[in-house]
Amino acid sequence: MNAAKETPMHDATRLDKCFTALKAAQRPALVTYITAGDPDVETSLDILQGLPAAGADVIELGMPFSDPMADGPVIQKAAQRALESGQNMARTLEMVQAFRQQDTQTPLVLMGYYNPIYRYGVAQFLEDAARAGVDGLIVIDLPPEHDAELCLPAREHGIAFIRLATPTTDSQRLPRVLENASGFLYCVSVNGITGGLAPALHDVERMVGHLREHSHLPIAVGFGIRSAEQAAAIGRFSDAVVVGSALVERIESAETRRGAVEAVHGLVRELAAGVRRAGKS
Amino acid sequence: MTDDSMQPDANGMFGRFGGRFVPETLMPLIAELQAEYDAAQSDREFQSRLAYFQRDYVGRPSPLYFAERLTEHFGGAKIYFKREELNHTGAHKINNCIGQMLLAKRMGKTRIIAETGAGMHGVATATVAARFGMPCIVYMGTTDIERQQPNVFRMKLLGADVVPVTTGTGTLKDAMNEALRDWVTNIDDTFYIIGTVAGPHPYPAMVRDFQAVIGRETRAQLLEQEGRLPDSLVACIGGGSNALGLFHPFLDDATVAMIGVEAGGKGVETGMHAASLTGGAPGVLHGNRTYLLQDEDGQIVDAHSISAGLDYPGIGPEHAWLHEQGRIDYVSITDNEALAAFQVCCRLEGIIPALESAHALAEVAKRAPTLPRDHLMVVNLSGRGDKDMMSVAQHLGENFQ
Repeated sequence: MNAAKETPMHDATRLDKCFTALKAAQRPALVTYITAGDPDVETSLDILQGLPAAGADVIELGMPFSDPMADGPVIQKAAQRALESGQNMARTLEMVQAFRQQDTQTPLVLMGYYNPIYRYGVAQFLEDAARAGVDGLIVIDLPPEHDAELCLPAREHGIAFIRLATPTTDSQRLPRVLENASGFLYCVSVNGITGGLAPALHDVERMVGHLREHSHLPIAVGFGIRSAEQAAAIGRFSDAVVVGSALVERIESAETRRGAVEAVHGLVRELAAGVRRAGKS
Repeated sequence: MTDDSMQPDANGMFGRFGGRFVPETLMPLIAELQAEYDAAQSDREFQSRLAYFQRDYVGRPSPLYFAERLTEHFGGAKIYFKREELNHTGAHKINNCIGQMLLAKRMGKTRIIAETGAGMHGVATATVAARFGMPCIVYMGTTDIERQQPNVFRMKLLGADVVPVTTGTGTLKDAMNEALRDWVTNIDDTFYIIGTVAGPHPYPAMVRDFQAVIGRETRAQLLEQEGRLPDSLVACIGGGSNALGLFHPFLDDATVAMIGVEAGGKGVETGMHAASLTGGAPGVLHGNRTYLLQDEDGQIVDAHSISAGLDYPGIGPEHAWLHEQGRIDYVSITDNEALAAFQVCCRLEGIIPALESAHALAEVAKRAPTLPRDHLMVVNLSGRGDKDMMSVAQHLGENFQ
């Protein structure tokens, strides 16, 4: 990836390039989640800017929301910390812009719930997000039935709309989920909220296999993955491994801001080693 | 207005409101629920079971009572009470719970979850869960648990597990978040009984349909007693299920005016209120687009009302739609106005209303005196006030000092 020079991203997107390069390198991507503004905007930006060097291949940046109904306690508290420190959508987009000034290669995906985007105004949001250098969106409470709201307009701005496939996504449902999916597919390994139980490996492998039969998009696996060992195991059959709550916990338990930055980057380095062990070469 | 316009479209949209804004995990469940509900509506066996339980267990039909002394007191409109407070468990909530429970049984679900604010929906859910032998988990914010102790105990007596929700502000919206988290985790065996005309489609339409028995009965009863339709209907609104239940069967009758009463708290201008239509803006929460109390960044802000049952920062999407169409007049009543009406009703009619219903009575107090004596006004007495004794005592004590 470091070999890639600054090139305009009109032909292949940053997400496409990233997954193509990793496919050539025969290893899965490490996708890391943090909430923007957690525990405060400066610390959060320090964490964000150091993620690629620590080994993150794709970054998910959470847009905090007061009522995160699909998240477990860890990410709920992160959103609360961020909001209490004054985080809002404008600041989150400024963080992306600041990140892009020093890193033009690493794909960055915003993740969250629809209401803050809706309130900001969809057209304005997409314009500002594209300008800031956002590559994709994961919006938990916008299923394909509401694609006209944000998914289709996002595509016109060159922003991918990443879909979640879950254990409840059966053969009947899957075509709908895949219809306007882009960027990568997010395979939610367990029914439930973020930071929950670890998934059973063979179930996840079967899910990923099923998705591969129906889609050429890279497949990322997330929910309940906490350690380098799990990342390595799941990375053997997936294109990317997503870690969120385990990283956010490091922020929660850190005693100082500097400690939070170091703790997150430390775990990212371990996880990065894990996905490299999963390499199929 | 045609009949078609009163049903949501295939995605559950009432105009631009409603919808199915939920995580993907829930989409197949919601589709299944909708299919089952559609089938149940034309299933005579289901409908006759529902009618049986409404009659012999809930105690329907509830009376339509001429509030003679209140009418004399205000000296204007002729006031009728639709006495939902006489239902089993003391409120309109059980109309919906019985319906959803029968649907849960039909779908082979074995575990019931619910959210509750004042505790009336929690009690009604715990009641039907006991009757049908199902384990029941009720999510309730810690703030609400403190101010609604008697209802917490009632739920426990009925065998329900009341789970305190400490996240957010510990009120109804947080309880609903937690119930959704439970549902998304326990999809196979669990039925989520939502207590109001909100949530993802088909809940808003389904809950409305189960509550519409209120309006259908009112229509028949008033035709029998007065030989004509009412001139106006008044009901309080938190999520808005008792109001929509009363209003819906009259939406086609252009001569029937309808007034929905939101909780104005300490006054809409103070920001301490629960009046989503009067003081909120459109947004997306808990599976639907509707009017919400929120800040400039789209973060949901706390509602405030003396009545825990109205203390919700949203409103059912069909209300949002009817509001924009101008079919229903939505107003707000403050805590103090509700308390005053509460006392008038106690002393003149010998009926202790729920603080929620007292909001509707306070609007009656404003309107009735200005109307002619042949104006027929029906107010939904949606619940009884036993649960509110502590709150009322506290507030009256303060006021009297």
